[in-house]
This record gives sequence, structure tokens and C-alpha cells, in this order.
Amino acid sequence: MAQPLNFVLNVPETPEEHSSQEPSPYDENEVHDSFHQLIQEQSQWVAEEGLELQQREPGAGGPKTSGCGQHALPGPEDALAHSAATLRVLASMPSRTIGRSRGAVICQYYNRSVRLRRRVSRPELKGVGRSARPSLRLYDLELDPAALQEEEKRFLLVKELEGLPVAQRNHMLRGMPLGLAEKRCLREETQTPKEKQRGRQGPHGLFPCCGRLRDACVLALHNLGLGLLGGLHALRPWHYALKQIGGQFGSSVLSYFLFLKTLLAFNALLLLPLLAFIVGVQAAFPPPAPPGSVPSFTGLELLTGGGRFTHTVLYYGYYSNSTVSQPCVPPSGGGQCSREADSLPYSMPLAYLFTVGLAFFITCITLVYSMSHSFGESYRVGSTSGVHAVTVFCSWDHKVTQRRASRLQHDNIRTHLKELLAEWQRRRGSQSACGRLRRVAVRGLVWLLSLGTTLGCTVAVYAFSELMIKSPVSVEQEGALLALPVVVCLLNLGAPYLFRCLAALERHDSPVLEVYVAVCRNLILKMVILGILCYHWLGRRVGTLKDQCWENFVGQELYRLMVLDFIFVLLDTLFGELVWRLISEKQLKRREKPEFDIAGNVLELIYGQTLTWLGVLFSPLLPAIQIVKLLLIFYVKKTSLRANCQAPRRPWLASHMSTVFISLLCFPSFLGAAVFLCFAVWRVKPSSTCGPFRSLNSMYEAGKVWVRHLEEAGPRVSWLPWVHRYLVENTFPVYLVSALLLAVIYLHIQVVKGQRRVICLLKEQISNEGEDKVFLINKLHSVYERKERSRAGRTQEAERLTDDPDAW
Amino acid sequence: MGNKQTVFAHEQLEAYQDCTFFTRKEIMRLFYRYQDLAPQLVPLDYTSCPDVKVPYELIGSMPELKDNPFRQRIAQVFSEDGDGHMTLDNFLDMFSVMSEMAPRDLKAYYAFKIYDFNNDGYICAWDLEQTVTKLTRGELSTEEVSLVCEKVLDEADGDHDGRLSLEDFQNMILRAPDFLSTFHIRI
Repeated sequence: MAQPLNFVLNVPETPEEHSSQEPSPYDENEVHDSFHQLIQEQSQWVAEEGLELQQREPGAGGPKTSGCGQHALPGPEDALAHSAATLRVLASMPSRTIGRSRGAVICQYYNRSVRLRRRVSRPELKGVGRSARPSLRLYDLELDPAALQEEEKRFLLVKELEGLPVAQRNHMLRGMPLGLAEKRCLREETQTPKEKQRGRQGPHGLFPCCGRLRDACVLALHNLGLGLLGGLHALRPWHYALKQIGGQFGSSVLSYFLFLKTLLAFNALLLLPLLAFIVGVQAAFPPPAPPGSVPSFTGLELLTGGGRFTHTVLYYGYYSNSTVSQPCVPPSGGGQCSREADSLPYSMPLAYLFTVGLAFFITCITLVYSMSHSFGESYRVGSTSGVHAVTVFCSWDHKVTQRRASRLQHDNIRTHLKELLAEWQRRRGSQSACGRLRRVAVRGLVWLLSLGTTLGCTVAVYAFSELMIKSPVSVEQEGALLALPVVVCLLNLGAPYLFRCLAALERHDSPVLEVYVAVCRNLILKMVILGILCYHWLGRRVGTLKDQCWENFVGQELYRLMVLDFIFVLLDTLFGELVWRLISEKQLKRREKPEFDIAGNVLELIYGQTLTWLGVLFSPLLPAIQIVKLLLIFYVKKTSLRANCQAPRRPWLASHMSTVFISLLCFPSFLGAAVFLCFAVWRVKPSSTCGPFRSLNSMYEAGKVWVRHLEEAGPRVSWLPWVHRYLVENTFPVYLVSALLLAVIYLHIQVVKGQRRVICLLKEQISNEGEDKVFLINKLHSVYERKERSRAGRTQEAERLTDDPDAW
Repeated sequence: MGNKQTVFAHEQLEAYQDCTFFTRKEIMRLFYRYQDLAPQLVPLDYTSCPDVKVPYELIGSMPELKDNPFRQRIAQVFSEDGDGHMTLDNFLDMFSVMSEMAPRDLKAYYAFKIYDFNNDGYICAWDLEQTVTKLTRGELSTEEVSLVCEKVLDEADGDHDGRLSLEDFQNMILRAPDFLSTFHIRI
């Protein structure tokens, strides 16, 4: 479909003509002798290859060449005059106009908006072409006599922009790489008169009168929206604190605090339906008090979660299993209380089940969406090596504003570049088989030791939990219940330090791999310990607490774990950072502060969030406690960071790690909690003395009972039982959906493979085009030189004739 | 909800809002930052669009820029005449492009211009050397600098002409997911 372009090469006969054409770029003040260098290099290369070319006149005094790592030979003096013509042609190459010509940008955006308009469906703004370079097909070459001038193109662009809706027009304007003044002119020209009038009315608007009522209302709404948005931006919590942290420590440490903010959002999202439908309702209509006295409040409740807190909204056991209705308050005259016949059929068991399910579902959707969004930003097809280029261009963090931090960044980048060069040189040298074998052996040993430590910790937790079951705790000794959580927290704190010591033995090629390996090991430890605890609760505790409220117990255990985890995080911050800094300053007399351990801290956050998700079913207010805990952790960590720590020395791919964190939050953490929840809902018999499901065989039965109730209710809602019987209880749809999902994943994998192949082919093509370009420049240069030589020859002949007319 | 500000006319503020990635409040905050740089020079009334340029020395002394090794190039790229003296439009443009809402392509375009020290539309080896020297504060030896530049050209130069064009640069940026988070100035 490509039409062959009509190339007409107009070689001027005499050099005097060049004054009438555009000035050679060599005459301009700005330095850009890259083309000149290129021509020289190519001439030299061609001369060496022995291809057909004229003899170069050896001369001195090449043009000013800036210091380059390449060998820039001083070219012949005449090359200046010769290549001016070549340079003139080269100056009008389309790619030369990037960055210099507004016209190119305007033309390109005109074409882009034409393409937008011509599409039938609603154009998606994301899909608009990425490059700012006018491609050969769309840009009118200057050789084409029908080329439009810049002004005409601009006029056309304005017309196109007028046709777009306002939001798209603004989006396009914002994305254009033009100056702000230019953009404002374009916007001014593209505004329709109606919009101008609306704008001129100002924020207060005229009093609404017949035809302008709608406009005024729209304007008011528009301003309200803007005001809300502005208020939201101002309310952005911790904006200044985050700016300070980013300025002092860089993007890597900032990613931890941003992750904390994300977790806060997730917890708030989880808490809202629970508060609205379960906690709020039950708090407004409290159930009858249980027999026996209410224990008084001692301080221990804050740690153990029992005692005074047991029969409160905090735990599962408080919730009634009946339909919540208006409590019967007898009037003061001692009369009978008149019950209203129809109360809202708000069944608490159903509400409990559905609200928890809904909250989890919303969290799942949000997690998967943010994970896929994060993946989309950080992983690209065909993104292979290129680490030097990325380091040089993308590693300077412009957010850093403090002198010391900025110096640290300089040091880090220098170290990183040196490491890269050293690694490259080492790889060039041969690697002995013995060395490689030794490294593999050491790594295998370290992994074995780490897994052994994990196993040891797991066995310890299991043994201790069995011990706790065997020795039951009486009501007065509630403090002894803290023993298991303390052991778990100690192991969670101590084992990562051990892993760090072990990791010092093995040496990895890339520092980023070290971080990944450390994260992996810590994660395995935490998840295995949590798994053992879940087995302990649902497998063993349910059996031993037959007649009591085991759900309350599990809820309290999770509360205890959360509170103690927070206390241990505080202790870790105190000892790990503050005391270490004091020791290293006073005793070891080093000015080095300890590094902020990003991976360890993030895993702590993920662990805490897993506990919350595990406990939501048994303690609906746990997300609120988690929110308070996260807020306190933010301030503690921020203070400790500013006082005691420095930024990590290793290069940290902030956005890759954010993706990794979100995926870790989704996969082991949320998935595990969801599995636990499903098991608890489907398989475990709820206790018969407390809670909204006390008379049922499983919590899920509440839903089944309701569906059966609906079936009897009448034919109007018969589709719901039908859906339940054939889609939920039947296993065939599950298989079908899984098969479809697998097919979609397979297709996507094949598409990605195909894209990789296409990228390889395109890279080869670009390389070939580059060679073509160099060849053509060379040829052009040789053509001009030949012309010059022939002209010089003729002039010399003519001079000789005039000087010596008798020669003939 | 209307602000009783007297600095800009209503249409001006709307125009700024539509052409940058900032909201009205942020634009006013940025204006006051700009005005603080040179209180005698910058009038408090922009309804008549005065032609005021704050000299580069004051821009370069802003806390957000003073420790940035590329501050001079950034100011030069965004200023009108390429000399670093910025009008309010240039100032807003600069922070709009460096804000977190700006898309990748726009940032890549300006990053390319910033790293193109000799303004010839290509990043040649000399530009790379300047970049590496500024990044490391001159603490790498000459051979190391040239080695790094060579490797960068090997990796990023697609058509093997010895320098990086805008497409090569954008291609390389695509492979660097950190670019969006590092090419960002918070204000």
C-alpha cells in the first residue's frame, strides 16, 4: 500500500546559489556538528574499505570537534565548503526537526486528531500513537511541492480540536509538548462561543433566567465538582510529610510509606460495609445481656482482648441469631408494651454472612485491579537488558531535595555504575567451573539452612500450641493466654535477622536478586507459621472448646496477635534502629547510620494485614484496630526514620518492588485468608451457644435456609432458588469458568510470544534502515564532492587560459 | 465555592487549569511560590499578562531544584529563549510536566531535550559524557565515563548511527518503569 515517493534531488550547480536557499545549519550559532563528524567517520571508513571515492586532500585544521571518546580525525579544510551543501539537505530531514520545530509538533497533532475523528467508535485516548516523531507517511516532506505551510496546518489543527468534546480536547492539549503560552492560544482559538460565554460569566454566574437556567445549573455543578476535587487534594493526608521523606530518602523508602497508605485505604474499604450493616445495627439493638456478672475493666483487656471486651460488638459471640426488631420498652406507667406487628425482616445471620462476603469480594476486586494496573506500568514485553542506559537516564531521583541525600544519590549512582562496569568486565573474563560449582554449593547450603530454620520455627509453634491445649487456662490467668502470641512474634522477629546473617555468606550477582531472595525467605516463614496457627484454631481448638464460644476465642487470639505484633514492631524499631545507631556512633565511632530495611518492614505490614483478613469473620471491628495500628506505625516509623536511618545503598527498583508488594498482598496473603474464610464458612460447625449461626450446622446453611424460605414464598422470586440450585450448588459451572479462564490465559501467553518476535524483527529493521541512511549520506557527500571537484577543475582551467593565452 | 482571588481573571485560571495538570488551588499555590522568588519583580496582578521573567539564579535556588545536577538544563529547556529565565507560563509548564499526572510520553520528550546538551535534536556521545559527569559529580575516571557511554550507545542505539534519537530514547524509557517515579518533582 506504500506509494513510492517521488524523490527529486536538486543538486545546485554553483555554490553561490546557497545564499538564496535556507542557511546552512553550519552557519547557525548553535553547536551541532554531529552530522559533520558522521560524514568524516564515514568518509574515513569508506576510504579504508577502498570503495570508490575521491582522494582526500590532506589538510589541517578540522572544524571544531568537541572532545569525544571516538577518534575524530581532523578533516580536510575543504570539507567545510564541500559538506555545507550536504548539510543543507540533511538539515531538512524529518527527524532533524524534532525538538526544534513547533511546526512538526503541530502537524503531528493535527494528524493525530484527524485519526481520532475518523474512527467510528469512541476513540480511546490510551491507544493514540506514542511517538512524537512525525512518521514519513503522515508528514509532508519538504520535497513535496504540495506541502502545506505551518500556518495552514495550525489552522487545520484548530478546526479538528474544535470538533472534539471538551474533555478530550483538554486531554490532548495537556499532552502536547508545546509551551504553555502556545497551548493557551490554541485553547483560546478552539473554544466555541457558548463555552466562551460560560467562562466569561465567572464563578458566580448570572441570575438564572429563562434560556440561561440550564447553563447556570451546569456551571454551578461544574464549580462544585472542582471545589470538591480541590478539597480532596488539600485533604490528601500526609502530603507534606511524604514530600519530606521523598526529599530526604528517595523513592525507595517512599514506596514503603505509600504502601502503608494503600493498606489504610483497603482497610477503610473493608470497614465501611461491616460498620454499616453489622456493627451499627447490632449496636443500636443490643441483645439481652448474658447471665452472670459483667467483669470489670482491668488494663489487661487491651492486650488479651478478653474480659470486659468479650461481650461487646468486637466479637462474633455478641451478635444475635434472630431477626433484629425494635426492642420492647414498657412505658413508665407499668403498662404492657405494644409490639408492632411488622418489623423489618432484617435477619442478622444473613446480614452477617452476606456483608462479610461482600466486603471480601470488594477487596478482591480492588486488589486484582490495582495489581494488574501496577503490572501494566512496570513490565513491558521485550524488556530485556539495557541496564546501563536505564541507570544513566532514569536513576536520578528528582524528588530528592536535601543536600546530604543528594550527595548520597551521587555516591549510589557512581557505585552502581562502577559495579556494572566491574560485572561486565568480570563476565568478559572466563569463569572457572570450580568457582561456579562452589557458588552453587554455598547457595544451596544457605537455602537449606534457611528452610531448616523455618521448619524449626514451625515445629516450635506447633509444639507450643499443643502444650497450650493440654494445659487449659482458667479465667483468672488470662495473662497466660499471651504466651503463644509472644512466642510467635519473637520467632517472626528473630528469624529474619538470622536470614540476614546467612545471606551475608552467599554473594549474588545482582543486588536486586538479594532483596528478592530475602523477601522470599521471610515470606515462607511467616506464611508457614500462620498456616500452623490456622490449623491449630480450626482443627484443634474447635474440638476442645465444644460447649463454649470457640469463635470468640479465635477472634481474641487474632486480636492478641495483632496487638503484640504492634508492640514488637515498636520494640524492633527501638532496638533495631535507635540503639544500633547509638552503638555504632559511640562504640564503633562510625558516622554510618543503619539502613532502613524496606523489604522487612513491608513484609511486616503484609503479615499484619493477613491477620486482619483472617480475623474479620470472627471479629468485625478488627479492621478498625488495624487502621489505628497503621496510623501509629506511620508516625513511629517516620520519626525513627528521620532520626536514626539512612537510605539503602543498594539500587532499588521502586516501581518493580511496588508491583511485587501488591502481588504478595494478593497471592499468599489475601488468597490464604479467603481460603481460611471459605473453610470456616463451609466446613466448620459453629458453636451452639453464641453468635448468629448458633442453631445451624454450618454458617453457609443460613444462606440455604433463606433460599428454601424464598422458594416457599412464592413464584415471584423463583429465579433466585433456581440460580442457587443450578449455578451455585452445581459444580459444572465452576469447571466451565475455570476452563474458560485457562483458555484466556493461554491465548494471552501466545499473543505475548508473538509480540516479542515482532519486536525482534522491528529492531532488525531499524538497524538496517540505519545502515541505509548512512550509506545514502555517504553517497550524497560523494556526489557533492565530485561536483565541487569538477567545478574547481573547470575554474582552474579557465584561470590558466586567461593567464596564459598562448598555452594553446 | 468560588475563590475571591484577584491575581488572575477567571478565564485565565480556567485556561491554566485546562492546559496543565494542576487544579485551581495548586495553580494559586504555585503562583505564590513564583512570586516569593522575586517579590519586587513579580506583580500580584496578572490580569494584564505582564511580561515578567524571573532570572535563572533565583529559579535555581529553589529548594526543589538547588541540589539537582540538571537544574540548569531543566530551566533552559522550559524557558522561552533557552537561557533559563522563566516567565510564569514557563514555571507552570515546568512543574506540570514534572508532576505525577503527566503522561510518560510527555515526560520522555522533555527528558530527551534536557539530556541533549548541545540542542541538536540527538543525544550524541558528548551529551552522554556530560550527563554521566553531572550524575557522578566528576568522580569517575575518563576511561570509565567513556566506557559507560559506549555501553549506553550499544544498548539504546537502534539504528547504529552513533547517537540516540528521540525514538531510541523513548524505546529505552519504555523499558524503565521507574522513569515515571524518578522524573517527578513534588511541589
